[in-house]
Amino acid sequence: MDTTPTYPTGYGQSKRRAQRAAFGIFRTLSLIIVFTLFAILGFIIYKGAGVISWEFLAEAPTDGMTDGGIFPAIVGTLLLMLGSAIVAFPIGIMSGVYMNEYASKSGWVVKFIRLMTNNLSGIPSIVFGLFGMALFVKYLGFGDSILAGSLTLGLLSLPLVIRTTEEALKDIPDSIREGSLALGATKLQTIWKVVLPMGMPRIMTGLILSLGRVSGETAPILFTCAAYFFPQLPTSIFDQCMALPYHLYVISTSGTDIEAQQPIAYGTALVLIAIVLVINLLAGWFRRYFEKRVKTKQ
Amino acid sequence: MGKIEAKEVHFHYGTFHALKGISMDITEHKVVAFIGPSGCGKSTFLRLFNRMNDLIPGTQLDGSIRIDGRDIYAPGTDVDDLRKNVGMVFQRPNPFPKSIFDNIAYGLRVNGIKDKEFIRQRVEESLRGAALWDEVKNKLNASAYALSGGQQQRLCIARAMAVSPSVLLMDEPASALDPISTAKVEELICELRKEVTIVIVTHNMQQASRVSDMTAFFYMGELVEYDETKTIFTNPHEEATQNYITGRFG
Ligand SMILES: Nc1ncnc2c1ncn2[C@@H]1O[C@H](COP(=O)(O)OP(=O)(O)OP(=O)(O)O)[C@@H](O)[C@H]1O
Ligand SMILES: [Mg+2]
Repeated sequence: MDTTPTYPTGYGQSKRRAQRAAFGIFRTLSLIIVFTLFAILGFIIYKGAGVISWEFLAEAPTDGMTDGGIFPAIVGTLLLMLGSAIVAFPIGIMSGVYMNEYASKSGWVVKFIRLMTNNLSGIPSIVFGLFGMALFVKYLGFGDSILAGSLTLGLLSLPLVIRTTEEALKDIPDSIREGSLALGATKLQTIWKVVLPMGMPRIMTGLILSLGRVSGETAPILFTCAAYFFPQLPTSIFDQCMALPYHLYVISTSGTDIEAQQPIAYGTALVLIAIVLVINLLAGWFRRYFEKRVKTKQ
Repeated sequence: MGKIEAKEVHFHYGTFHALKGISMDITEHKVVAFIGPSGCGKSTFLRLFNRMNDLIPGTQLDGSIRIDGRDIYAPGTDVDDLRKNVGMVFQRPNPFPKSIFDNIAYGLRVNGIKDKEFIRQRVEESLRGAALWDEVKNKLNASAYALSGGQQQRLCIARAMAVSPSVLLMDEPASALDPISTAKVEELICELRKEVTIVIVTHNMQQASRVSDMTAFFYMGELVEYDETKTIFTNPHEEATQNYITGRFG
């Protein structure tokens, strides 16, 4: 009797068929997502492109916000991004470095901080707004101001900055650190001159993503900074400012003539999307730039 | 007086007893090879000489290790200074993601040397010393990652030598390299012995017999035999050594 096991025929075929079906589903789903994305973009461009002009970008709103531009809101949003970066980047990067390089990995300090950052990133942003109002606006007496708004937005982006820094550094092999220490470099020198530069491409990505998030947040600045109408530019960090997402909300829901304001709302949305898009492109560009600097192939 | 003197060294990783009472004297300007089966504690012992094991949490060292007569684990020892004096080359080449020049200059810079001309000179000397100068002199600003594995390892040797150590520790420095690069590294070791005391871990018996003056055979955390390389490879006292070098060993 022939005892060699026969390879079941047709098995390979059904496997291939299952594979093709699975890929088909994945592809369809991906296409749906891409289509949705383009639909949103297209809609905003279609509705908003008409109002975009130099005046729209460079002038303040006029006529009870039914005419004029959105310049103060653009400036406000950029200022808030800058402010939140000043608050969150140094602290966030330092915390990330501390978590990965100094604290004992399994120690309770790290576990505790990680628990906090994880939970912090799950808190709805309106709660950050409330907290920012209580602490910065009221208790510390900054009032509704760019300072209070930046601090609140900074807090909001801290978890992301800490996490990406930590993840970026975690991927750097210990052999590199040992190589540096073995030359008599201190731990601080090792981190500053070897570890951080190596982690920079990925850290940058996290930083820029957090900027993107900040630029679109409304809730955290609602009670801490955003002005309903503040056509002149702020002159100090204790001034209020307008901001694109809040402006969008305002002219879509209130005002003298909501109908007439509609195009402005779409224009504002378009500018906001453009800013986020530019930031994301910058992120990609920065990453490639730093990666090339880190390991240029000759 | 020995360059390195280890006395009754015991080492624990947590509860694991990795080194069990090792005493050894290493004479200046000698090349000492550590051999023994995987996991017997060669790297652990080697990494005690530049306190690299300090980085691992939950370890414990008993006994004493002296270099140039000074207990390197005495309280108040400047570990960075020690590591400058006791260089190390690792199993896998681990250049920094910087230019070839900056890789060598790094050690000088972190040790506070700012004089540009001195750094430039030292970079050239070290690269020449590592027999790498001719291959890289025209691309000092290229990334070290653009070099081959063998070149990277010689770069790491040059990097270690740039800060003028008096001891060089090498943990299987050629195990990730092809035969030609390995031969180059071995040649280098023979050159460098004029300047430094070298301790090299290797799994390659021929390599140990080619490059070393003294050989230490470790087994299960103990130093079984330590003698002239000639003696170890031709007429060892211990049967275990004999079995290991002839390959009759687990
Ligand atoms: N970080 C560590 N934590 C716990 N145990 C360790 C650690 N490093 C090494 N050991 C253990 O200590 C023993 C000696 O390890 P060591 O690396 O010194 O061996 P080795 O002789 O260098 O081996 P190889 O030839 O494979 O490199 C091994 O049993 C190993 O499992
Ligand atoms: Mg080893």
